[in-house]
Amino acid sequence: MTPRTLYEKIWDAHVVERRTDGTCLIYIDRHLVHEVTSPQAFEGLRAAGRLVRRPDLTLAVADHNLPTTARIDARGRRLPIADPAGAEQLAALEANVAEFGVPYIQATAPEQGIVHVVGPEQGFTLPGTTVVCGDSHTAAHGALGALAFGIGTSEVEHVLATQTLLLKPSRTLEVRADGGLGFGVSAKDVALAVIGRLGAAGGTGHVIEYRGDAFAAMSVEGRLTVANMSIEAGARSGLFAPDEKTFAYLQGRPMAPAGAAWDAAVERWRELRTDEDAPFDRSVRIDAATIAPSVTWGTSPEDVVPITGVVPDPDDFADPAKREAARAALAYMGLSPGERLQDVGVEHVFIGSCTNSRIEDLRDAARVVRGRRLDPRIKQALVVPGSGLVKRQAEAERLDRVFAEAGFEWREPGCSMCLAMNPDKVPPGERCASTSNRNFVGRQGPGARTHLLSPAMAAAAAVTGRPADVRELL
Amino acid sequence: MTPVRTVHGRAYPLGRANVDTDVIIGAAHLKTTGRAGLGVHAFETIRRGPGNVFADPAFAGAPILIAGDNFGCGSSREHAAWALADMGVQAVIAPSFSDIFAGNAFKNGLVAVVLPQPVVDRLLEVAREQPIGVDLETMTVTTPFQDRFAFAMDPFRRECLMGGLDEIALTLASAAAIDAYERRTGT
Repeated sequence: MTPRTLYEKIWDAHVVERRTDGTCLIYIDRHLVHEVTSPQAFEGLRAAGRLVRRPDLTLAVADHNLPTTARIDARGRRLPIADPAGAEQLAALEANVAEFGVPYIQATAPEQGIVHVVGPEQGFTLPGTTVVCGDSHTAAHGALGALAFGIGTSEVEHVLATQTLLLKPSRTLEVRADGGLGFGVSAKDVALAVIGRLGAAGGTGHVIEYRGDAFAAMSVEGRLTVANMSIEAGARSGLFAPDEKTFAYLQGRPMAPAGAAWDAAVERWRELRTDEDAPFDRSVRIDAATIAPSVTWGTSPEDVVPITGVVPDPDDFADPAKREAARAALAYMGLSPGERLQDVGVEHVFIGSCTNSRIEDLRDAARVVRGRRLDPRIKQALVVPGSGLVKRQAEAERLDRVFAEAGFEWREPGCSMCLAMNPDKVPPGERCASTSNRNFVGRQGPGARTHLLSPAMAAAAAVTGRPADVRELL
Repeated sequence: MTPVRTVHGRAYPLGRANVDTDVIIGAAHLKTTGRAGLGVHAFETIRRGPGNVFADPAFAGAPILIAGDNFGCGSSREHAAWALADMGVQAVIAPSFSDIFAGNAFKNGLVAVVLPQPVVDRLLEVAREQPIGVDLETMTVTTPFQDRFAFAMDPFRRECLMGGLDEIALTLASAAAIDAYERRTGT
């Protein structure tokens, strides 16, 4: 048999129908639904008199525009959402899941959280499955060996109605990192290094498979961070072959198989790896030892430099489009060529988002924060756990106290300050050291300036008032 | 979906690489449960700047937009395609599109035309003064100066665009195959 990549194996196993032009009808095993990209899809079903084909393979949870302040009052009553549009979207989701019989995690339930934190945490995401969600960071689930990708609302409707999608196969891209990571270097720095290397469009049309001992050595949560940001390099999905760490992570999760079914599943999952000699359409190699704690300077995640670096000079870019983009980015960011990133003052710190809000992220940040205080220049510093269960675990470890004693606000789970869809925003012209995934113009609020970095680096920025080299604080 | 065969008219000569979906439609406008009315909010951050193509009356209501590499990168929000359609744009020409945006555009009858950067540069120049034509029948983009640029498009997408086909209805015609898949795999 022809050797196949992991991607090709998962793809082949999900082909319902192959058309002559190569387009395939692909079966979708898992569909995550949230409040922002689903109302028009349910409306479409209603208008056409269609039902949800497999509610049992669907899971809904609100995350994007839920405020991260208290959700219930002292007597346990649910507090209303002040923003009428946000409240309406949540109400629409709740009405839709009730009408169509879709399983739903209540906004006040301890299991509530960001879709991409909830899926793996509940064991809804499993190796070898196809996972979709109306959100581009669905790529995250690839950390468990699932073929996972973001879709638009029309596709959400298509999956609800048919449990399938019409797709053309992607090209395959091997991103290989060998060697050990340096001191103070996290999965987020690796993700930024990959994006810096590939460029924001470098992975377009491709599915990435992360290979090599640097990725094998990563924890499942680190892999979730890396896979999550595949989309920032243009790749719709990023895959890690499942291994013992994956199985250990999933065992005992509420929606994962149990008993004999678990043993049978693990046996199947062990086959989920790229065959030796299977060719990739492209391969990129990164020497893990060369990756430093990093920070972005511009308005695309590809605009990344080591923390010891300086803001580049637009004139140094050979490509005229890049030169123009860099000029516009520096104007927006209020930075000058040659400026040291470590000299740039920040007013806000955000630790959270589907990229970096899991327990290991909070532990990493707390390690730096412990015994220190927010720099007086910091106006607001948020820690937003990715789910109620992450929050509970962190509180059991007293991490909430570490953050609160330093001056951080400890919030309820949600997408928060990643995308300016809820009350957590960065004011115009102000600067945020953020563990989220996008530094686009206006992403964290109109006129907001974002510097992407790891949780430990965000913690370092919080206690120093600037992007600082976390290695000096550890 | 309304079938689309040709798009002809003025074209916003936007240029710019990496126009992301946050720029096309800001998150503040995603809190809607409908599809209409997003056009006035499209490109808000660009519209705030001086001398932008969206403020130029010459391009008001233009049915085509010409952009740089990696148009529509970022979030999966279909609101970006809805906003473009709502402002009257029926075709976008760029050297490349993000995968998710290209799919969303197609599902809303918005034609995404991929042409090499030098051709896009030529079209950006022409578009400042003259209309552009996009023809799905002949798969060409033309200008009043006799330029004629052939583009490629996925045959299935082209057929759906030209026929105004409902993809869900097409897939539901394969319901027996989906049933069979579920039985075969025990899903």
